[in-house]
Amino acid sequence: MSSDTQELQDLTGGEYKYGFVTDIEADTVPKGLSEDVIRLISHKKNEPEWLLEWRLKAYRLWLGMTEPHWANVEYPPIDYQDIIYYSAPKMKDRPKSLDEVDPELLATYEKLGIPLKEQELLTGVAVDAVFDSVSVATTFKDKLKDLGIIFCSFSEAVQEYPDLVRKYLGAVVPQGDNFYAALNSAVFTDGSFVYVPKGVRCPMELSTYFRINSLGTGQFERTLIVADEGATVSYLEGCTAPVRDENQLHAAVVELLALDDATIKYSTVQNWYPGDKDGKGGIYNFVTKRGKCAGRNSKISWTQVETGSSITWKYPSCILVGDNAVGEFYSVAVTNNRQQADTGTKMIHIGKNTRSTIVSKGISAGFSQNTYRGQVKIMKNADGARNFSQCDSMLMGDRCGAHTFPYIENNNRTAQLEHEATTSKIGEDQIFYCNQRGIATEDAVNMIVNGFCKEVFRELPMEFAVEAQKLLGISLEGSVG
Amino acid sequence: MLEIRNLHARVEGKEILKGINLTVRPGEIHAIMGPNGSGKSTLAGVLAGKSLYEVTEGEVIYQGMNLLDLDPAARACEGVFLAFQYPVEIPGVSNTYFLKAAYNAVRKYRGEEELDAVDFLALVREKMKLVEMDPSLLNRPVNEGFSGGEKKRNEILQMAVLNPRLAILDETDSGLDIDALRIVAHGVNALHTPENAAIVVTHYQRLLDYIVPDVVHVLVDGRIVRSGDKDLALRLEDEGYEWARDLKEPVPGTV
Repeated sequence: MSSDTQELQDLTGGEYKYGFVTDIEADTVPKGLSEDVIRLISHKKNEPEWLLEWRLKAYRLWLGMTEPHWANVEYPPIDYQDIIYYSAPKMKDRPKSLDEVDPELLATYEKLGIPLKEQELLTGVAVDAVFDSVSVATTFKDKLKDLGIIFCSFSEAVQEYPDLVRKYLGAVVPQGDNFYAALNSAVFTDGSFVYVPKGVRCPMELSTYFRINSLGTGQFERTLIVADEGATVSYLEGCTAPVRDENQLHAAVVELLALDDATIKYSTVQNWYPGDKDGKGGIYNFVTKRGKCAGRNSKISWTQVETGSSITWKYPSCILVGDNAVGEFYSVAVTNNRQQADTGTKMIHIGKNTRSTIVSKGISAGFSQNTYRGQVKIMKNADGARNFSQCDSMLMGDRCGAHTFPYIENNNRTAQLEHEATTSKIGEDQIFYCNQRGIATEDAVNMIVNGFCKEVFRELPMEFAVEAQKLLGISLEGSVG
Repeated sequence: MLEIRNLHARVEGKEILKGINLTVRPGEIHAIMGPNGSGKSTLAGVLAGKSLYEVTEGEVIYQGMNLLDLDPAARACEGVFLAFQYPVEIPGVSNTYFLKAAYNAVRKYRGEEELDAVDFLALVREKMKLVEMDPSLLNRPVNEGFSGGEKKRNEILQMAVLNPRLAILDETDSGLDIDALRIVAHGVNALHTPENAAIVVTHYQRLLDYIVPDVVHVLVDGRIVRSGDKDLALRLEDEGYEWARDLKEPVPGTV
């Protein structure tokens, strides 16, 4: 028995492969947070007055808020005055094409497996790359523009499409929503902006790749996706960071808005630096993600594969306002070593015949703690609402934890709710069974874990499903004794 | 092919096998019978390398190698196959995928080229006829939602695909109705050649109506107390294990 446990331990001790630092000159603001810092950020970004006011309002709200501590995670107090809130790779002007982007930056993304040069992009994925706080390049922009689709960095959207930004910013996650959302609203530096006009089906995957590089900085990006009536879009984000001994804060906000008959599919492959074996360093991933199905027959689907970060705190949610709206949440969360994850979703049923599906797969290894926290709320007028929830946890070894906290509130008699939950230990029996058929332990664990996650992986766009499976393999790989 | 010498093994500190001696030659089928708790499944598990069992004494020579030095996957790749008494479910992993991974792992170990999906499927379809298995089971997750009979047939299908040198069947007859038993036995017999061997672990004589053993061993309290031809199984059936239990020491010359 003990030798199997040892093998599992070895297996789950895979090395983080994206831990390098790019040596590039950065333009930063002084450490700490004040109205002056916010004014400076806003000024550097050449923002209109209304946006500065919006930020300052958020900051003042934030000052009156306290850090939430209800999540099942533990960490030393964060000194918010010890963080750099703005860091941008130094560029003379905004690059107009990829040829003007610093080769060092392009090389970084290539190293990460994301070639930005369009001619190399045969997969038909449009990429927006965010380095520290600033978007450095967006590919396929012109091609999308022909269809009326806007896909650009948030900063650019503020300059080019201020009316759209002003109309929708904060429409789903208001400034004062929660502590981290308020902080983000005050200091957010960049992110992606997507607008798909009426009746347009976006012909390619849109993708944003986030990279934290500079020491002592936080990354506060803000993503806003609006699908107008009858529009369809699929969006993916990926993220990595260098290996650092200190913790870095990542507090993002993502807002999705789907109008009548619109569909938004949002997929995340989160691979921030998780810290070392003893829990030193790593990213605090405190993120607010919410989608509003405002229109009839609209649909928002979240798929996430969370393998990184030392602490993850996020609940991609759906507010189902329009009648017949559909919300989905498919999640794989892997924690290893000293990682902690408290993640799940909220499905708020407001409209009639709204439906939601929750499938959560948690895998804990090492000394990690993995928590599913989900809320299903059926409001008074949500006649015929339905929810199905399934939460499965898998434990590897005997020193990790898996926790499930479902909150269910039903205010309508016609609603139907189902909740299923299982917890299993990765079977030494299963591994032995594979071994006995000739399959080595490392491959066996990979196979079993991927099988466990299958229902979620099949929701990912094809290319990313392959990437996610590989990532899971890396997170769980190591030398077999 | 296989020589077990004075094998002692324990589970969580409790000694279960207390000096097993057994020789299996190519082409032979050996039946191991015994009452519950006598150590039959432990012996099967020790040969396959299950880590729950700790070998404290003795040795096992297989094809000239010290079998106990090999990890479980290497034993499988060397041709040792265990048909499980309780086949394990692997949710989300299709039966075909699992079989192909196993088959190619063994080929890779032997330095042979891996088979592609098309050729592999042809091979599996051929082998499935042997156990009269419903082809839809190929696309289902490994053993998940299978009936008891389907699980056992699936074990024999895996055996047919992997074509082992030494097959160990651990209570493969348990939980099978007579038709399933006949199909499983037919599969085992069809796979039997002068080059390979089988050890059939069973509690009941009934399986031996279909799989005719060359040697029958009676295992009581961790020791083989008697060995003989197939008539020994019939005598056990008539007189019960109480009779065998009285045979405290091995009868000289029967092992």
